[in-house]
Amino acid sequence: MTESEFLNIVLPFKDKVFRLAKRLLVSNEEAEDATQEILLKLWNKKELIKDYKNVEAFSMTMTKNFCLDKLKSKHAQNLKIVHSNYQDNNASLQKQVELNDSLSWVSKIMEELPEQQKIILQLRDIEQYDFNEISEMLDMNETAIRVALSRGRKTIREKLTKTHSYGIR
Amino acid sequence: MVLDKIEQLLKKYDNGETSLQEEQQLKQYFTQETVAPHLEAYKPMFQYFLNSKKQQFTKDIPLNPNRKTFTLYKWISVAAVAVIMLGVYTQIGNSRSFSDLSDEELYAYNQTMKVFNLVSSKLNQGSENMNALNLVSSNFIKGAESIAYISEFSKTTNKFLKTNNK
Repeated sequence: MTESEFLNIVLPFKDKVFRLAKRLLVSNEEAEDATQEILLKLWNKKELIKDYKNVEAFSMTMTKNFCLDKLKSKHAQNLKIVHSNYQDNNASLQKQVELNDSLSWVSKIMEELPEQQKIILQLRDIEQYDFNEISEMLDMNETAIRVALSRGRKTIREKLTKTHSYGIR
Repeated sequence: MVLDKIEQLLKKYDNGETSLQEEQQLKQYFTQETVAPHLEAYKPMFQYFLNSKKQQFTKDIPLNPNRKTFTLYKWISVAAVAVIMLGVYTQIGNSRSFSDLSDEELYAYNQTMKVFNLVSSKLNQGSENMNALNLVSSNFIKGAESIAYISEFSKTTNKFLKTNNK
């Protein structure tokens, strides 16, 4: 398999890999590194790619496992992932205004969700995968996915309504 | 779109039962400017989902096609080591003793030794002749000393004889 053939296979979903990695690892740089790592792993196994039924689903599974491993090792080292693109509360006025922006609230709320729900929300609501694709990627049955999805969605909505009416009621 | 239907869809959505098409409808509804006030909370959620999809991976994909050159270097170093080993081996194997020489070689060796002996003996005769030269030079120095007397003598005679050169 030549480089261009490989790129043709990989390019359609590299952004999805990146976004899933970023959802889990939060930091931009970490997510970029993870994406590169995963693409490299795929490239090294390029002879086997023909045998995979669904390369995209396979690489999403790889991404999930890789990021979870990374998070686990960070926790074990008792270190938090350093991410510079995270807003801190004592920043300038402009940053506070930005923080008030509801969109960044959503991302903060999503960061607080359990990893399982994060992954499922990412795959379903952002990347719009089918339920059976997700169940293939995560090796879970569809009902469990639906339950986790519904929990995640409800948590986000509840927290959003709370922040929305904050100071009003 | 009718508000009833949206509310129905939202209920299904919260339970995770919507199909992708239905979710698409919801997203379309919530990207509008105006949304029913009691559904306002959903708006940032769907907009966030849409915005997140726009993030892209901009870094290069690091495939390493230069792996071949690396293996080439490895083999060059292997070849260099082989050449060095061969050189050392041949150097060690070349040392031979007298007994290994063939008759012809021995003959040539003896001939050259004879010539060298002849030259060295003649060289000694030559140095004997050089002794004679030494004798000559020492006598020559004596002669030069007696010439010095003569020049002293000529000085004194010049004092007696006034030359009419002036």
